[in-house]
Amino acid sequence: MTLLETPTPSREAAPRHRPGAGLAAGLVLLLGVLLVVCFFSITLGSRGVGVPTIWKAFTDFDPGSASETVIREMRVPRTLIGVLAGAALGLSGTILQGVTRNPLADPGIMGINAGAAAFIVFGIMILGVQGVIGYVWLAFAGAGTATVVVYGVASFGREGATPVKLALAGAAVTAVLSSLTSAIVMTNVDALNELRFWQVGSLAGRYMPVLWQTAPFILVGLVIAMLTGRALNGLALGEDLALALGQRLRLTRFVMFATVAVLCGAATAACGPIVFVGLVVPHLARFICGPDYRWILPYALVLTPIVLLVADIVGRVAVSPGELQVGVVLGVFGAPAFIALVRYRNLAEL
Amino acid sequence: MIHDLRATNLTLGYAETDIVRDLDVVIPDGRITVIVGANACGKSTLLRGLARLLRPRGGDVLLDGTSVQDLRSIDVAKVLGLLPQSPVAPDGITVADLVGRGRYPHQSWFRQWSAEDERAVAEALEATGTADLAHRSIAELSGGQRQRVWVAMALAQDTDLLLLDEPTTFLDINHQVELLDLLTDLNRESGKTIVIVLHDLNLACRYADHIIAMKQGAILAEGSPVDVIDAAVVTEVFGLECEVVPDPVSGTPMIVPRGRHHAARRRVTAAS
Repeated sequence: MTLLETPTPSREAAPRHRPGAGLAAGLVLLLGVLLVVCFFSITLGSRGVGVPTIWKAFTDFDPGSASETVIREMRVPRTLIGVLAGAALGLSGTILQGVTRNPLADPGIMGINAGAAAFIVFGIMILGVQGVIGYVWLAFAGAGTATVVVYGVASFGREGATPVKLALAGAAVTAVLSSLTSAIVMTNVDALNELRFWQVGSLAGRYMPVLWQTAPFILVGLVIAMLTGRALNGLALGEDLALALGQRLRLTRFVMFATVAVLCGAATAACGPIVFVGLVVPHLARFICGPDYRWILPYALVLTPIVLLVADIVGRVAVSPGELQVGVVLGVFGAPAFIALVRYRNLAEL
Repeated sequence: MIHDLRATNLTLGYAETDIVRDLDVVIPDGRITVIVGANACGKSTLLRGLARLLRPRGGDVLLDGTSVQDLRSIDVAKVLGLLPQSPVAPDGITVADLVGRGRYPHQSWFRQWSAEDERAVAEALEATGTADLAHRSIAELSGGQRQRVWVAMALAQDTDLLLLDEPTTFLDINHQVELLDLLTDLNRESGKTIVIVLHDLNLACRYADHIIAMKQGAILAEGSPVDVIDAAVVTEVFGLECEVVPDPVSGTPMIVPRGRHHAARRRVTAAS
């Protein structure tokens, strides 16, 4: 935003880079916050551990030590998955809201959660799949399939996948998949039980293998997503102006949706359908940065993992030694925060 | 720089309907062309077709002899700019930021913001008299100011051809004149070729070097307003009984509609 500021004859160029520098400093500060949150995510929990134990777990691992095992096998992967899934959901939400120009867009609107849930249920019922690893791939396939179907349906017609058609197609596909899922779950208690836990969204029980399987997809997706800022700025002016300014609209939309499908699919596969952060954090980022997506994207990238990890830590500490799933915590604390944000300033019209 | 924008056998449409059929047109270089016609006559569709926003059903839009469909979007955007009807600005955006977004086709990932961009934006703000609004939010501006900012954005794109779709819609009469004066300045000073779709026939006649009157997707008449616009053409294009008199200010054709009531009264008065 500030890079584009122009000195008027009366006001010379002096303050030109100041707000930009402020946003950059804010971003560095948030990165620091993220590191602190990661530290607490590793140390806090039903079994408290200190810094020396963490150090020892990675430099001089003793397989016999329960604390060190917890750190290596549970806390660290859990934290890393939280960071990656958070970043993936934050950028997906930002891109979806930008490309559909719909302030309520989130992974749910593309039928992604419904697709993942449906495939998991089918997998349990028909293929007899069990265990977290199997669910990861089912969820990934389901999220991907739902996105492709929604995008395909919305692409019919002369103007391709317009925001309105995407929202309608997303709602329709979600309705179909949810009904099918419900129908199966009603008749199958095992599937119901598995689905219940998966559907809340949690960082618990997701360890190293889950990380290794989803991380490559998320990392590639994050890199591409971070490059979409300029295109999103163009799309924010409306289709006609984006075209008149020389954007290749169909290609841009396709790349963005493919990226969102990969990011949401991988994040949903890793943690279950974590709702809300993908919707709210982009608004928070926009609130801080203004309308320039070249700033909104990096802010969403750092802010979302912070929010997700804090919610996860709260869930662990609040009812220790038990745990509240991160999805529950986000809903309980996030909803009032979102309402406060909406009341404080009317949310951006996109 | 001389450019040649023309359409040959151009057919444009949406869904099942063809809006513009087999149309041939040449946009005069360095002049102001105004397209007029009744609602749904295809004037905006033609403008969108010329600006490469619509893919032709048939025929071609040629920019300097090459079909625009064969040119890269970004190359077209460096030569030809379009301001759509009632564009919507992102919430909270400042004037300078919005105008800066017009620089898109001149930027890339490796060249995000240059002195050239800085200069183009400053000039666009200056030309449209919006420089002192640069740090204001678009939402705070009046309709007339806002429209000048949009024109500034189109100017920052720095194209030799500028197409505007009903830029005076929703503006008060004073702002309509102000905006058309501004576009005339741009044409006279920098030789920009300007194509405007306008509703107001009198303003169209006054500001156009070249006027194109459309009806049902075809061009009914085109040329200098003085030569082309008479009562017969207006009746044909708009289905309106009228008289055409010389505009007392500019001498260009001025349309005085008859209507049913007032025309009748006048005839009675004249008879008595």
